Amino acid sequence: MARPVSFNITDKPLEKDISLAEMPDGFQGEGFFTAKLSDVVGLARKNSIWPLPFATSCCGIEFMATMASHYDLARFGSERLGFSPRQCDLLMVMGTIAKKMAPVVKQVYLQMAEPRWVMAVGACACSGGIFDSYSVLQGIDQIVPVDVYVPGCPPRPEAILDGVMRVQDLVGRESIRRRGGEQYKNLLNSYGIQ
Amino acid sequence: MSTTEKHIELPEGSIESQTTRINLGPTHPATHGVFQNILELDGEKIVSAEQTIGYIHRAFEKIAERRPLYQITPLTDRLNYCSAPINNMGWHMTCEKLLGIQTPKRVDYLRVIIMELARIADHIICNSVIGVDTGAFTGFLYVMQYRELIYEIWEEVCGSRLTTNIGRIGGFERDFNDIAFTKLERFLKDFPDVLREFEALFTRSRIFMERTIGTGPISAERALNYGFTGPNLRAAGVDYDVRVHSPYCSYQDFDFEVPVGSTGDSYDRFLVRNQEMWQSIRIVRQAYEKLQSFKGEEATTFHADVPEYYLPEKKDVYTKMEALIYHFKIIMGEIDIPPGEVYHSVEGGNGELGFYLISDGGRTPYRLHFRRPCFIYYQAYEEMVKGGMLSDAIIVMSSMNLIAGEMDG
Amino acid sequence: MALTNDSIKQRLTEQFGDQLSAFEEPYGMLTFEAPRELNLKVLNFLYDDDELKFRFLTDLTAVHYPAYRGRELAVVYHLHNLVDNIRIRFKVFAPIQQPDIYTASGLFSSANWQEREAYDFYGVNFVGHPNLIRIQNVDEMDYFPQRKEYPLEDQTRIDKDDEMFGRGGSHDFGDQSAPGRHMIPEAEKPQEDLLQKDGEGQ
Repeated sequence: MARPVSFNITDKPLEKDISLAEMPDGFQGEGFFTAKLSDVVGLARKNSIWPLPFATSCCGIEFMATMASHYDLARFGSERLGFSPRQCDLLMVMGTIAKKMAPVVKQVYLQMAEPRWVMAVGACACSGGIFDSYSVLQGIDQIVPVDVYVPGCPPRPEAILDGVMRVQDLVGRESIRRRGGEQYKNLLNSYGIQ
Repeated sequence: MSTTEKHIELPEGSIESQTTRINLGPTHPATHGVFQNILELDGEKIVSAEQTIGYIHRAFEKIAERRPLYQITPLTDRLNYCSAPINNMGWHMTCEKLLGIQTPKRVDYLRVIIMELARIADHIICNSVIGVDTGAFTGFLYVMQYRELIYEIWEEVCGSRLTTNIGRIGGFERDFNDIAFTKLERFLKDFPDVLREFEALFTRSRIFMERTIGTGPISAERALNYGFTGPNLRAAGVDYDVRVHSPYCSYQDFDFEVPVGSTGDSYDRFLVRNQEMWQSIRIVRQAYEKLQSFKGEEATTFHADVPEYYLPEKKDVYTKMEALIYHFKIIMGEIDIPPGEVYHSVEGGNGELGFYLISDGGRTPYRLHFRRPCFIYYQAYEEMVKGGMLSDAIIVMSSMNLIAGEMDG
Repeated sequence: MALTNDSIKQRLTEQFGDQLSAFEEPYGMLTFEAPRELNLKVLNFLYDDDELKFRFLTDLTAVHYPAYRGRELAVVYHLHNLVDNIRIRFKVFAPIQQPDIYTASGLFSSANWQEREAYDFYGVNFVGHPNLIRIQNVDEMDYFPQRKEYPLEDQTRIDKDDEMFGRGGSHDFGDQSAPGRHMIPEAEKPQEDLLQKDGEGQ
């Protein structure tokens, strides 16, 4: 089905037969390995992010294409798409959010358990997109804190996957103490979330 | 959220003493798009359903009053975004009707190919998602691959996959190149087998049949009264198809059938959509053969000769004065639209998609109204689902192919 | 006898006489206007008559013409005779101070939500409608947004600079409608102050 690759073809020798995740920095000896807790926890979390697809409009269809077999999202660990906010890590808001829908987004965000990340997919979720009108919320960052913005109208599945990989970076490098810290609390307060 | 308190009469023989009210809310795994149903349940049976829509109201009609005609095409993309080219072509045909432009035959046949591919893409999503809602994920994965191939064909022509903004007033922005035709041939060769496999998975599957037969039926009289059009109406037994009744874009040159169901339940809707995919493949094949029979000058036209509305070629803009002036006027949005009012409709993926355009002689429409089929037939949901079970409510919703972008607009 | 635009017009004038006016055929579709008290009678006649049989309501929408004094809000019905394949368009006008029009939802169930949408966007009050509340916009909205005097953009947004978009300030790129030329019939002329208002804010 895929078109044959026609650009950027370089003959690279095959380094490894299988690709493994990088081991975190640490100190090891006979029978033990010490590393930073945040590295290990981050490595585990980032390769099994369970997204909550909040698909409202056209970007939702591109997300369906991302989930399908061609641009498989499951290889990034997002095998299970949950629809219950309590069980999900990543809120992917895909599509236009109207002012009527904004309280619903906020409520879903509040129901998610920490740690939670938010990805705004598509121009409408980032900033209102082409709909600069009285009924459209000009970007979901008016109501929830957003971690990754994926621009596009709609973004290609590769762009959505790139966004997921950026979220993986954020998840992998997050400090253990972030969610209880002062800065995060101030961030949430600025959105009116206690 | 609505708080109307209705006095609900429980049906005869009910063992409950009061109804349960649940919120099949705007965010729900099975609603394809954001709309809310407040269901009153007597045990598992649905007694009443109240719909709330508008969760993705984007004020298309008001935005359109500010944009010159060709800038409205990206807005029409976002109506029924699963089959965006049909909306684009419908809008261009409305503009051509208002402006009195006649497109050459080759443009019509190219448009037919693109529109029928869009129809196939729309029905692929609808039918595979009915499968997903009944728990069968495999069909979705099989046919979405072919939706990718359709996307590749559209990409060759306009550059975009989903919200295509394909075509221009008077034709297309560029001719279809060889790669597009190669992909089209590959589609015509490979897709019928996959569609047959998809049908084999569902059509005679006992579980699927028991889940869908008898759910959400509607009679032909009630459907007509509710303003149904498209596959939902044809499943109820009325053979109204805009391509046959008011042919546009040379559809009268093609030989195809209009599949019609009998009871209007979800199984009939599924079957009608499958059959329409077969008929669309047939139309695309005929159009492709007709395209190859053009000779000489005709074989390379891809737009009508209307310099006031169709952007002239760059080499003319740099050498000829009139082309330079038209280029400037079109880009700056200073073309005056002749006054008048026109209503044009096309057969979209969901039914009769109509464009009612009133122009007062200015540069943007005075009023543009979209007759959106989803909005009109969602009203009948309560009647269709009353007396059924809760899980039937989901199946009926997905078999009606409700697209929120078209519903709210 | 085949149904043509002329035979429909003849049948209508036989039944209603002079009350129907403005018969035109833009782009082949017969269009006429009726006084607003008669809208249900005309719809019922078109439905019940054995020759006319306009039993499918294709579209129901509203239009705002601020330049027409005393007839600012128009409700436009598109009807379709599926058997003989003919469409007609029929308009009623109402003044903006009292935009009461009888509901068609008793005759056509599809008119229910379409009238709610017309109410939501323009404030047309459909008399006898079972549930005339807002459908697309938030329930708390207190104005009718698609009327011509209200702006498109949300005026409280802070992240978009209108100057950069070519709106407001020194340019008003967005206001592209012909000033004053809102499809005014020959007999009527708008008053001067209304022209000024229409020329500026879309």
